[in-house]
Amino acid sequence: MFGAGGGTSSYAEVEETDVVVLWGSNAREAHPIFFHHVLKSLDAGAKMFCVDPRRTSSAKFADVWLGLTVGTDIALANALGRQIIANGWHHQRFIDHSTTGFAEYAEAVQPYTLDHASTITGVPASAIAELAEAYATADTAQILWTLGITEHHNAVDNVLSLCNLALLTGHVGRWGSGLVPLRGQNNVQGGGDMGALPNKLPGFQDVVDSRARARFEAVWGRPVPPEPGIHLTLMFEAMEAGDLRAVYCIGENPADSEADVTHARTLLSNLDLLVVQDIFLTRTAELADVVLPASVAWAESEGTVTSSERRVQRVRAAVPPPGEARHDIDIFADLANRMGAQWGRPSAEQLWDEVRSLSPLHEGMSWDRLEAEGGLQWPCPTEDHPGSPFLHGWLWEDDLGGRTGAPFSVVAHEGPKEALTEEFPLRLTTGRALDSYNTGVQSGSLVSPIRYGHTIDLNAGDAALLDVADGERVMVSSVRGSVEMAARIVADLPPGLAFTTFHFSELVDVNVLTNDAWDKRSGTAEFKAASIRIDKIENGNDQMSQTGSGDPTTETDGG
Amino acid sequence: MTSSSERTATSSERTATDTSLETPVRLSIDEVDVEVAAGASVLDACTAAGIDTPTLCFAENLTPVNACRICVVEHEGSRTLIPACSRRAEDGMAIQTDSERVRHSRKMILEFLASGVDLSQADPLASLVSEYGADPARYGDAVATMDEDVRIEDDLYVRDYDKCVLCYKCVEACGDDAQHTFAIAVAGRGFDARISTEFDVELPDSACVYCGNCVAVCPTNALQFTTEFDLRTAGEWRPDEQTTTRTVCSYCGVGCNLDLHVQDETIVKVTSPNDHSVTSGHLCIKGRFGWGYVHGR
Amino acid sequence: MADLHIGPDVATELERCAVDDVISDVGAAVVHHGDRMVRGGTARRNERRHLLLPALHALQHHAGWISPGGLNYLCDQLQIPPAEAYGVATFYELFRVDDPGHTDDVVHVCIDAACQIAGSAETVAELRSAGRRIHESPCLGQCERPTAQFVQGRGRPDRVEADEEPFELPQAGTDGLRLLRRISAGVDPMSLESYVAAGGYAALAKAFVRGAENVVEEVVASGLMGRGGAAFPTGIKWRAVAGETGQKHVVVNADESEPGTFKDRTLMEHDPFAIVEAATIAGFATGATKGWIYIRGEYPLATKRIQNAIDQARGAGFLGQGIARSTIDFDLEVRRGAGAYICGEETALFNSIEGFRGEPRQKPPFPTTNGLFDRPTAINNPETLVNVLDIVTDGGAAFASIGTKGSSGSKLFCLSGRVGTPGLYEADFGVTLGEVLDLAGGVSGTGELQAILLGGAAGSFVGPDSLRMPLTFEAARAAGVSLGSGVIMVFDSSVDQLPILTRLAEFFRNESCGQCVPCRIGTVRQHEVMVRLASGPSTDNRWELDLQLLEEMDTAMKDASICGLGHTAATAIRSAFDLGLVEKPGVTQ
Repeated sequence: MFGAGGGTSSYAEVEETDVVVLWGSNAREAHPIFFHHVLKSLDAGAKMFCVDPRRTSSAKFADVWLGLTVGTDIALANALGRQIIANGWHHQRFIDHSTTGFAEYAEAVQPYTLDHASTITGVPASAIAELAEAYATADTAQILWTLGITEHHNAVDNVLSLCNLALLTGHVGRWGSGLVPLRGQNNVQGGGDMGALPNKLPGFQDVVDSRARARFEAVWGRPVPPEPGIHLTLMFEAMEAGDLRAVYCIGENPADSEADVTHARTLLSNLDLLVVQDIFLTRTAELADVVLPASVAWAESEGTVTSSERRVQRVRAAVPPPGEARHDIDIFADLANRMGAQWGRPSAEQLWDEVRSLSPLHEGMSWDRLEAEGGLQWPCPTEDHPGSPFLHGWLWEDDLGGRTGAPFSVVAHEGPKEALTEEFPLRLTTGRALDSYNTGVQSGSLVSPIRYGHTIDLNAGDAALLDVADGERVMVSSVRGSVEMAARIVADLPPGLAFTTFHFSELVDVNVLTNDAWDKRSGTAEFKAASIRIDKIENGNDQMSQTGSGDPTTETDGG
Repeated sequence: MTSSSERTATSSERTATDTSLETPVRLSIDEVDVEVAAGASVLDACTAAGIDTPTLCFAENLTPVNACRICVVEHEGSRTLIPACSRRAEDGMAIQTDSERVRHSRKMILEFLASGVDLSQADPLASLVSEYGADPARYGDAVATMDEDVRIEDDLYVRDYDKCVLCYKCVEACGDDAQHTFAIAVAGRGFDARISTEFDVELPDSACVYCGNCVAVCPTNALQFTTEFDLRTAGEWRPDEQTTTRTVCSYCGVGCNLDLHVQDETIVKVTSPNDHSVTSGHLCIKGRFGWGYVHGR
Repeated sequence: MADLHIGPDVATELERCAVDDVISDVGAAVVHHGDRMVRGGTARRNERRHLLLPALHALQHHAGWISPGGLNYLCDQLQIPPAEAYGVATFYELFRVDDPGHTDDVVHVCIDAACQIAGSAETVAELRSAGRRIHESPCLGQCERPTAQFVQGRGRPDRVEADEEPFELPQAGTDGLRLLRRISAGVDPMSLESYVAAGGYAALAKAFVRGAENVVEEVVASGLMGRGGAAFPTGIKWRAVAGETGQKHVVVNADESEPGTFKDRTLMEHDPFAIVEAATIAGFATGATKGWIYIRGEYPLATKRIQNAIDQARGAGFLGQGIARSTIDFDLEVRRGAGAYICGEETALFNSIEGFRGEPRQKPPFPTTNGLFDRPTAINNPETLVNVLDIVTDGGAAFASIGTKGSSGSKLFCLSGRVGTPGLYEADFGVTLGEVLDLAGGVSGTGELQAILLGGAAGSFVGPDSLRMPLTFEAARAAGVSLGSGVIMVFDSSVDQLPILTRLAEFFRNESCGQCVPCRIGTVRQHEVMVRLASGPSTDNRWELDLQLLEEMDTAMKDASICGLGHTAATAIRSAFDLGLVEKPGVTQ
């Protein structure tokens, strides 16, 4: 946010914060050890508000759970902003000194009265008012979010609506306050840091910046294309248009993880060339022309990964890779060598030193320091820099150093792309379970005593209306397709909302149902909001079999 | 707003609760003067003095419960011995760590434990028994013991309370020192006290979420990972041949450090370093157990 | 906070009502406001945790046990992890977690020393043959009327049948009683009016006149020492608490469980307003606005009368907001123990009130800074508190002039065993052991004194040559014994001590909380040794080895246990051997 792609705060800060706002995140299950840090703050007396359509296991720790309607986050955030301003709880000095665009923002949130927001979100006005006051008047407060914010067609707007709240109250850029997106994979942060984004070079340097490109070109000895590339979702559109004919897919399993997955599989199958580099023969790999078996990055290879608190840490090889599997670095190097480059066989440390030479954020993180200090948080520009626990401290400097302040953004409530209809009257949302992970490639072999199998979760009232019993097999359909699942009646869902995990694609293709409407800026599809119907299956009262032992033959999704 | 006027640029310089400004504490350990930071324990002071103090219920990543009492030391002026692990070091304390009284209590505690609990896999304790000259046999044959059967209720843990010394570590790790799941507690009283779920239901029927943090802190192998139990049962558990490699968990983006314990090129156990700021030694079910796919399982 | 996993068992309507009754004032920890908002959280849960013990009592009372369904409902309402609640329930003698399979009342019969030598074994056998449900119990605090019994009712009130007999104070009508003067004068324990007519609440009025600081200093000047057994200066304790800020507590430790002790029961049953008034003064003096009186679970009459006294006092404005037309707030809440000797240890008592297992905490920190709910707390014994009334009225100096220099005031002594008239006696400190024995009519039975257990199970045996010992803290200390809670249990020459000592060892084994290794296992090994010694002659040097073990275990338990239970678990037994009350049996070949 404000130009940098990383959470603003350290885990240690949440232990000392006064108000925790967990928004669209079930950290108790999806980020369990981060939640340990939250628990320390709760034990120390912090209040926690949880904003989530479901009363998740995280929400059960909250002082107040606000069960908003799926896709109404912006309405809620804007109402919070309006309420804060209306009561004078905003931080005028910070706003004047360190931000821009406040007047436009204040104007834009005017329509979002408590009552109006309550109508849109379904959350009682009193709860919105309570959260507004608690957040704004706290000495320190953090907003934490996950895919509940970002797996929407308007993901970026959702994030900006939360950033607005931090700017409004000064809850950013200082110890204990911040904006923290929790990363879904062990190196999704590092991937972005290293330039695995269409418009960025390593260290968040812009592709369109010719001076930045020049630095890379000097070291790489090759020209860097001056235009941004395209992200995954656009790639599929390009495949459909016939503009993209060859794909080299590394450690990603779009044939399982993409929304509207049936369509995605067709597109992948129609490519002229599909190369897949992965640790398993995933469903995507099954469609490939060439498969390059890779070693497991975290246990069979040397390198680094970067966590949600921007901490770069070493991964190390503990066991040799099986069979013909090879380290990713070696595969890339050999490919380059075959193409005529002279890469030789660089070590992980050599590659890291190249990163340091090109990314000022990482320049101070020597290999030896990463070994000795148990990881370092970027920015770490020099070898005597201790790393940065939090970002944007400059917003609190008397002299902003010529920088313009952080901008407010005007964002409006839209709601999910797919409206509920008579034919598809239920809202489906998806998420993670504690003992499982994404499409199950890694977690599938874990024989978990707590795995309840793959179900479509319903509130008891909805189940009664549908005449569906707990454990009954049902047909779940969206406009894109149908899958058969077992119904599970749970107490923690409001009426009209259905929930499922996506860990067992081998057994149930949940992403047959999900909507591939996507955000133009982030490229994220709207996994969190599809319209569905649930139908009884005639004579279909069989108890769902345990699904814990499903074969791990798929790969990860986006986050 | 209420507190905004106090917020200044300097607040951005604050990085953590800083106790280093408090005056350090000076005390004597076995007649040697030592200085430790304010808030340090007597155990810390003993360590600073280069003295190895036996502990059992103590762990760096848990609140001291001072239940085992093996770390007791003699404090001049105190009627009884004091537990080094939980007693704060105070200015001017005079501590004896190897007096006759200290050795006697430690010996008796070791005798008590060794006469009632299976310490066969509690490595440091077993060697302490001989170091302190403890003789559990002198209590005779008619002694009460833990007398518990091995419990195998799932594919991840084995619970063998014959080996349980009631150190409370597992309860703390499951409870408010880390996991906050509270699947287990101490039930019963006195010698009948046992680590138990509600009504002693099997773990899969309890609140347990299989983070394994209880197993990781168990000092006597009363709690074991099934991987270790199976290898031990097969006579193939060879800790001397194991390597430990530190890496980062492959699942979510929190960045938990893992120590992979490898024997015969196979992961046999996963732990996390107690002193790492992200985990404090604690993991979740995926990080702890979700490595089977590395070996094609 | 916790992940709350509630199992499938469902509470009965009766169980739900029982729990709801307990929590009706504050409501459940989690509240749903429609289907889009839930209020819960750490603070609401923590604020309700102390209701666990009363809620367990309610379930036990109405259902006859703590059933899985009942526990689930309780845990859901209070957001307590079931494993923890189960751990608490299984800590207490009065709770059971298995289905009793019947709906009968259960008769708890005391089998500890005073009742043991009065024939408790026969009583147990008789009641059993009469078809009663029997639970063999540790001391029930009725040592003056063996064999003590307590009836735990299911649905019906708990009761002590002996309470229905008319009460007679042995010293009734005697001059010079201080602590017992209202009881001696027959002041109605159920009537505030009667208490006020006898001068009640004059001390509180005087306290207001004196001011809080002065009250504390008068208590310091009085030299009043705690009467619960530890003999810590009360004024010093109060001064420390008064110096703290924020929420503070007064706790009345009425968990009288020391075998041989029944003084606090007598005070609570027959002079309850005095305890309530004195606790109020303690609150005023220390700046605590909240008071708790923790009464042992086997004292139904004391509980009833204290509750009545509190209700009447509150009704008359002596408790609550702005007590006695002042600006001072103070209120008292009764907490009922559930059968655990260890809960008489002050920090264990705090844990018990707070809804945790009654396990003692390591000290320091002390209760004056980190007591109940981790707040500064003045915890006092009922007898101690009753002394405060005269100190406030007459001044500390006047009080200090009673007794001896080191032990001011008078003391209640609990006489039991082979003594002419067992019962509660008051005498000024400095009276000799022999004089108190004479007050109670001397040794009965054979008329020949074998030994006296002084101070209770945690005290020591003394022989006939100690009869000239003045009963003061200083003299006891010099003799290496303790007055403890004022127990004087008399054994004539006919008593065989080995069974008494074996039962003493069993008492400590059963009552150890299990937290620390020296006590948890040491008390077991000690009992095993006593069983072996009591089982008859041995042919080798086992006797000497076992005596050696007893000595070594005593040292370790004294040195390394967390609390007083472990520290004293071997004291009485060791003293009996030292006195030669037990001799090595003849060796048979």
